[in-house]
Amino acid sequence: MPQSHPISSAAWPTTRLTINGQKHELTVDPRTTLLDTLRDHLGLTGSKKGCDHGQCGACTVLVNGARMNACLSLVAMRHGDEIVTIEGLGESETLHPLQQAFWTHDGLQCGFCTPGQICSAVGMFREIEHGVPSAAMANVAATPSLDAVEVRERMSGNICRCSAYPNIVAAILDSRQGHAG
Amino acid sequence: MRPFTFERPTSIAAATLAASQLGGKFIAGGTNLLDLMKVDVERPTSLVDISALPLRDFGATAEGGLRIGALVSNTDIASDNRIREAYPVLAEALLNGASAQLRNQATAGGNLMQRTRCPYFYDVFMPCNKRQPGSGCSAIGGYSRLHAILGASRDCIAVHPSDMAVALTALQAEIEVHAPSGVVRTLPICALHRLPDETPDHDTSLAPGELISAIILPPPARGKQAYRKVRDRASFAFAVVSVAAILDCSSRTVRDVRLALGGVAHKPWQPRAAERALVGAPASGASFEAAARAAVAGAEPQPGNQFKIDLARRLIARTLTDLAARGG
Repeated sequence: MPQSHPISSAAWPTTRLTINGQKHELTVDPRTTLLDTLRDHLGLTGSKKGCDHGQCGACTVLVNGARMNACLSLVAMRHGDEIVTIEGLGESETLHPLQQAFWTHDGLQCGFCTPGQICSAVGMFREIEHGVPSAAMANVAATPSLDAVEVRERMSGNICRCSAYPNIVAAILDSRQGHAG
Repeated sequence: MRPFTFERPTSIAAATLAASQLGGKFIAGGTNLLDLMKVDVERPTSLVDISALPLRDFGATAEGGLRIGALVSNTDIASDNRIREAYPVLAEALLNGASAQLRNQATAGGNLMQRTRCPYFYDVFMPCNKRQPGSGCSAIGGYSRLHAILGASRDCIAVHPSDMAVALTALQAEIEVHAPSGVVRTLPICALHRLPDETPDHDTSLAPGELISAIILPPPARGKQAYRKVRDRASFAFAVVSVAAILDCSSRTVRDVRLALGGVAHKPWQPRAAERALVGAPASGASFEAAARAAVAGAEPQPGNQFKIDLARRLIARTLTDLAARGG
C-alpha cells in the first residue's frame, strides 16, 4: 500500500456556512464530512450515522432546502450553504408538524432513523411543491401529488430497520393533509 | 480516508490545470467519489471542488435542443418541464436511479463519471483489474449475477451503473469537454465510455484533467420514448437490465428506432443490429421479438447471469410493443 503524505493543517480550507440559522466559520481537516462536523465538532447529534455510505438516509439534512446525505458531503464542499438539521426544525416544546405526526402515528420504534426520516419528509414536501416528479408516476410530465405509493417511492432513501413503514407513511400523509389544508 | 488537499478554483482553466496534476480529482456532488474514498478504492491527493465554476446553465441550443450544464443536479434535470415533455426517457431514467437525497446532490457530469458497483471493485482485499491493473478479475469465476453479458473482456466483466447515460445514448446526446490546454471539444455519448478490453482501469476516453462541462441534447426525436428498468428492489437499486427506447412509427411501419441497454455491458450498449432490423419493418410483435433476439445475439454470459439474455430480450420486446400501442 503506498505511503500517504500528511497535509499540514496550515493548508486546511476554511468553510463558511449557516447551520440552523447560525453562521459558522470552520477550518477543519478536509476529510471531515458534513455529518461528522455536525455530530463531533458542533454537538448536533440529532443527525445519525447509520451506514456512512448514503444508503440508509439516517444522516439526511436539508442543504439550501434540498434533502441530502450529510455523510456523502465533505463540510468543505458546503461553503456558502445553508444547512438545517433536525435540531433546526423543532424543539421539545414546539414540535415541527412532522415531528408531531410521527409522535401521533407512532412512526418509529427504536427512533434511530427518525431524524433522517423527518428531514427527508420535509424535503419531499418541498419537492412536491416545486413539481419534482417521481418514478411512481405513470406520466412523468404530470403534476405530482402525494399518496401512499408516492411516499414509499419518494422516501426509499430512508431505511427503517424496525420496519415502522406503515406508521411512517401514515404520519407523512396526515402531516401533508394538514400542510396542504 | 487518506490525506488530500482541497481547493475551490473559480475558473475552468484553473480547475482543469489543478486536476491534471498526478493524484488530482474533480469533485462536484461527491456521492460516488467520497464513497469510494471511504473504502480506499479512490486515493486522490488533491480534490478540486468545481462547484463554484459557471457550469449550471440549462438552456436551449441554436439547433433546437438543450444544453445541460455539468453542475445541474439530477433532480433539476428530471424536474425540468422541457425534459419531462420532450425527452421523457431521460427524466424516467434519472428518477429510476438512486434516492431522492442522492439525486439532489449528484450532478449531470458526476452521473456520467460514476464508477462500477462491482462488489469486487469495491473490496480492496480482492483482485480487480479495474482497481489494480494486472491483479486479476475476481468476478470471473466469482459471483457474476449482476455482471456483463455483452462486450466484456478476459480482464473485466463489470457493468456501467448509470441509468442517465443509457437514456442519453438512445437520445444521441453529445458531451462537451474542456481540456487543461483550453481546447473545448464535443464527443458523442457513445464515445465517452469504453469497453474494458485489456485496460479496464480506464472507464472513459477522457484524458487527465479533462472536465465535462455540459451535456448537449439534439432536438427532440419523433415518436414515443420510455425507460424501463428491471431491478432487485422496487426502488433505490441498480439495474439488473434496463432499456431506453425511442420508437417512431407511421402507418404501422417502423420509421425510426433507437435502443440502448443498461446493466449488460461496461458502457451503455447500443444494439445496432436490432435497430437496423426494425427500420422499415411492420410495427408488430413479431418484428419486435425478432429485433430483441438480434439485440442479444452476441451475448457471452457468465455462469451466474445467463438469465440476463432472456430478461433483456423480453424487456426490449415488451417496451417496443408498449410504445407502439401508445402510437409509437
